[in-house]
Amino acid sequence: MLRLPPFEYLRPAGLEEAIRMRADAGPAGQFVAGGTDLWPNMKRRQETPAVVIDIAALPVLRGVAAGPGGGLRLGAGLRLSEVESQRDLLAAYGAVAHGASTISTPLLRNMGTLGGNLLLDTRCNYYDQTFEWRRSIDFCMKKDGDTCWVAPGSPRCWAVQSSDLAPVMVALGAEVTLRSTAGERSIPVAALYADDGMKFTTKRPEELLTAVTLPAPDGWRAVYRKVRRRGSFDFPVLGTAVWARLAGGGPEPLVEDVRIVLGAVGSAPLRARAAEDLLRGKPLTEEAMRAAGAAAWKPAKPMDNTDLTLGWRKDVVRPEVARALAELL
Amino acid sequence: MAPRKPGKVVGTAYLKVDGPDKVTGRTLFADDLALPRMLWCKLLRSPHAHARILAIDTAAAAAMPGVKAVLTGRDLPTPFGILPVSQDEHALCPDRVRFIGDPVAAVAAETEEQALEAAHAIRVDYERLPEIDSVQSALRTPEPLIHDYGDAGNVHKRIHLEFGDTEKGFAEADEIVEQNYFFEGNTHLPLEQHASLAVKTPDGKLCIWSSTQTPHYLHRALTKVLGMPAAHVRVVACPNGGGFGGKSDPFNHEIVVAKLALLTGRPVKIGLTREEVFYCHRGRHPTLMSVKAGVRRDGALTALHFRTQLDGGAYGSYGVASTYYTGALQTVTYRVPRYRFEGLRAFTNKPPCGPKRGHGTPQPRFALEVHMDRIAERLGLDPLEMRLRHLQPANSLTANFLQVGSMGLGKCLEEVRERSGWREKHGKLPRGRGVGLACSSYISGAGLPIYWNALPHSGVQLRLDRSGGVTAFCGATDIGQGSDTVLAGCVADVLGIDPLDVRVVTGDTDLTPVDLGSYSSRVTLMMGNAAVEAAERARALVAGAVAEKLGVPAERIALEDRRVFDLEDPAKGMTFQEACIAAEAKHGTLGTVGSYTPPRSPARFRGAGVGPSPAYSYQACVAEVEVDPETGEVKVPRIWIAHDVGRAINRTTTIGQVEGGVYMGLGEALMEEMAYRGNRGVVHKFPSMLEYKSPTTREMCEVETILVEDPDPNGPFGGKEAGQGPLLPVMPAVANAVFDAVGVRVDEIPVSAPKVLKALQRLAAGQEGRYGPAGLPAADYGEVTRVLPPWEGGDGRDMKKQEVGAGGVRGHIPGGK
Repeated sequence: MLRLPPFEYLRPAGLEEAIRMRADAGPAGQFVAGGTDLWPNMKRRQETPAVVIDIAALPVLRGVAAGPGGGLRLGAGLRLSEVESQRDLLAAYGAVAHGASTISTPLLRNMGTLGGNLLLDTRCNYYDQTFEWRRSIDFCMKKDGDTCWVAPGSPRCWAVQSSDLAPVMVALGAEVTLRSTAGERSIPVAALYADDGMKFTTKRPEELLTAVTLPAPDGWRAVYRKVRRRGSFDFPVLGTAVWARLAGGGPEPLVEDVRIVLGAVGSAPLRARAAEDLLRGKPLTEEAMRAAGAAAWKPAKPMDNTDLTLGWRKDVVRPEVARALAELL
Repeated sequence: MAPRKPGKVVGTAYLKVDGPDKVTGRTLFADDLALPRMLWCKLLRSPHAHARILAIDTAAAAAMPGVKAVLTGRDLPTPFGILPVSQDEHALCPDRVRFIGDPVAAVAAETEEQALEAAHAIRVDYERLPEIDSVQSALRTPEPLIHDYGDAGNVHKRIHLEFGDTEKGFAEADEIVEQNYFFEGNTHLPLEQHASLAVKTPDGKLCIWSSTQTPHYLHRALTKVLGMPAAHVRVVACPNGGGFGGKSDPFNHEIVVAKLALLTGRPVKIGLTREEVFYCHRGRHPTLMSVKAGVRRDGALTALHFRTQLDGGAYGSYGVASTYYTGALQTVTYRVPRYRFEGLRAFTNKPPCGPKRGHGTPQPRFALEVHMDRIAERLGLDPLEMRLRHLQPANSLTANFLQVGSMGLGKCLEEVRERSGWREKHGKLPRGRGVGLACSSYISGAGLPIYWNALPHSGVQLRLDRSGGVTAFCGATDIGQGSDTVLAGCVADVLGIDPLDVRVVTGDTDLTPVDLGSYSSRVTLMMGNAAVEAAERARALVAGAVAEKLGVPAERIALEDRRVFDLEDPAKGMTFQEACIAAEAKHGTLGTVGSYTPPRSPARFRGAGVGPSPAYSYQACVAEVEVDPETGEVKVPRIWIAHDVGRAINRTTTIGQVEGGVYMGLGEALMEEMAYRGNRGVVHKFPSMLEYKSPTTREMCEVETILVEDPDPNGPFGGKEAGQGPLLPVMPAVANAVFDAVGVRVDEIPVSAPKVLKALQRLAAGQEGRYGPAGLPAADYGEVTRVLPPWEGGDGRDMKKQEVGAGGVRGHIPGGK
């Protein structure tokens, strides 16, 4: 079987100790919560931290509390199975609960966490492989090599942001809280991500993501749709999150404001701004939905590094965005 | 001769003998075994698809902590392979690597981690060679040779057979229908990863426990490579956590741990990773095909011409047989009066292909059944009624001299027509929904063994004693298909006891008589017949002793419900145990044997070894699909499948085999692909269970299974196979249903969303609504062997030999049209 490399395992008693341990470990350190991303990556030698700090048991990371201005503050250590079944989320943040329910398998959702999903390592068919496999391609830019095999002339890595909750949180305008020995800061989830397969987050390595704050449910609606090969297990090959404020009832309400965010088509969640501009201030007709789909299709640039063909992954952006908009109603 | 009539066991849903252990986790698979002082083995594999080995330096590895032995190709110089004509593998590559994953060196160490670290410390210098990644590139690149044998350049095998004058057949046709098809390679994906544990016993002999479907052939390979007397090698086949053909070859890792155990004197174990299982492969050959059919207006075939090109991967494996199988069974379902087959297999720098469930027949069956759908469409006929009209008759010879016995395909078609509501659905469902039909057939065991000889294919020994206990010994291997349960059931049925009263000892070359292995759907028929023979002999011993005791003629003795009694006065009798005591007292120590050798095939031409079988199973399948016209995504909510099993020995396990076949077929139909990267050597794209897509429970459809029981004279109690046939019709049924739903043809497996969408986009643009290959690369299939079909006076031999041979050989062919 695949075996883990040797490493030092630390289990802090509290948040402060966790943060100190991480600072002490320096670049050789790594936090682990559910471990559903890190342990397999370590078995494949994609990551080889010398010190692993296990924060899974810290109760402070697993709470659900009222957030500022009527929002909701979720501990980053909440299990995904808790997120998908949490009563407040089901009542007011259906897109969040649904997004969590589409991740991986029920068993892995019992281990994987909210924060872990947002910080999921970017994925690529040239990278998510064993050491032996990667050696056979002479490794890649993201780990142990120089070239990005997805686009060999490219100066950057094209690994894919494959979190289901990332586009949802960006669309909702949620915030994350990051904490280190230097203190605490909160940033919009949109600012957490960077469009680079290797340096895909703006979080400093020693920072711990402690909480996610959702905005107050004051009349907006949101949906999430996931395209993947199978009804379980698979990472998205396209995630579509739509948030909107609609005015007036009826079958074709007016779009006051809208955010459309695509997941799994780049190294960061992608805002489909042209599609949003088409919709804003206009009635949400079937024709408008189709036009928005076409506008979102343009900036989506999937690369050949996930399941299914890149042409198809781009093509399905049109119907998926239109269908997500239709689901708002 | 009519088959034996079932008693109280056969045909019921009796408990699977290994069921309780399996569901409670007590079954010991090879990877569960551990012995004191056991060492762990790791293999170092090639990172290059094609390269010469210039030098190997193992000094650093040998000096590492915990390392007890390091092997390279020099230590195991003798080649091996499953087929006598393809002895082209080495346990460790001596001078050349042929695919990424080919093993080069092995380490035995105290822990698996130490073995891995040491393997990484071995230095190998390679000189890279041009890489061949497809049939097309193999045909284009005759040099350098991947192997120094084969029919031409990198073409491993060429076949060209013609039964009757097909040109004449095409001239008699009202319509000619031609098309090209492609079936992508896919793999077995057993849940159990291969594992082996070898030990040198105190008397200097070798014992190996392994996840193998073919202990007999592993026994042969170990004997050959290690140079040990066969009698000093013991192979124990552990229960397999799924085989599907992927554990049918003798494997390099098995030979390596055996050698390491002999060398170190300590038990040595290996457990392959999932990635390494992908490198063992031996799965479905990627196959390009062209089909030309001549048909009359009523759908009757006048001639059929099939061409197949198989991408074989880096070694021979079963490939020669696989290639013949792509042309063998087209003739057993519908009447084919004239038939021509051209096939070739090329060597490429990929993990070797071999026998996956259906072995070489799913690819041409897909092409043929989609082609039949096309023919019906062209002629304006219902594809089901058209097939029904032109079935190959029971008890007949085909154009290529296959002897068909019982033939329940007509009944299968009628069953699925009624159950699926075919008449109300086909061509009548709203856009996006559709139904498709396909038929198929499979052998119940190959008529000829891999090593041609006059020996039995299966043997069963029975031991009975005063305890009333019965033990059945057989070399057959339970790979989850339920062969242990079939063995217990056949014996129990004849002896009038419960299957759980029978202790089964199987798959152990020291303890059990030879059975050739769990491949070619042979076990139920062959082992079953041997078991019935052994049990009938035991029954005679027991009945004879009881008859003597009761003072009645032996013919009046019945065995039933664990009693042995007088049929005319059932109260007069004794328990089965008392009967065994009486029999042991009369005859001495009790033991009987039974064996089975298939009937000789009437085919005599070169290449006639593949296709003949004692009996053929038949299937008809209707798939219902939902196609998203905007994305091309296909869902299969329901499948109806009727399977002519001759006689179900155990109803539940038979249905289990049918449902398992449908599940695997659905994966092939919709998503499974052994795909490779071309830009970095020929590396497997995603050797993992996450990215090699195979259906989950979410994709599995509802299955309605109908068992059709048309007892075959050659089967035990009339029984035929169930393990492979039911997979075959699923892929074409799904493809045909997609056409019914949205009007496009995907002439490729898998029928994945991107292909369906592409075909839909072409249709919308006014082009042909089709996704599939344009043609086959030009190739030479070698000199043709012509054989006259039975109805044209053929005697099963090459026409040249028939003319040269004794005059007047054109005798009566039974069953000929």
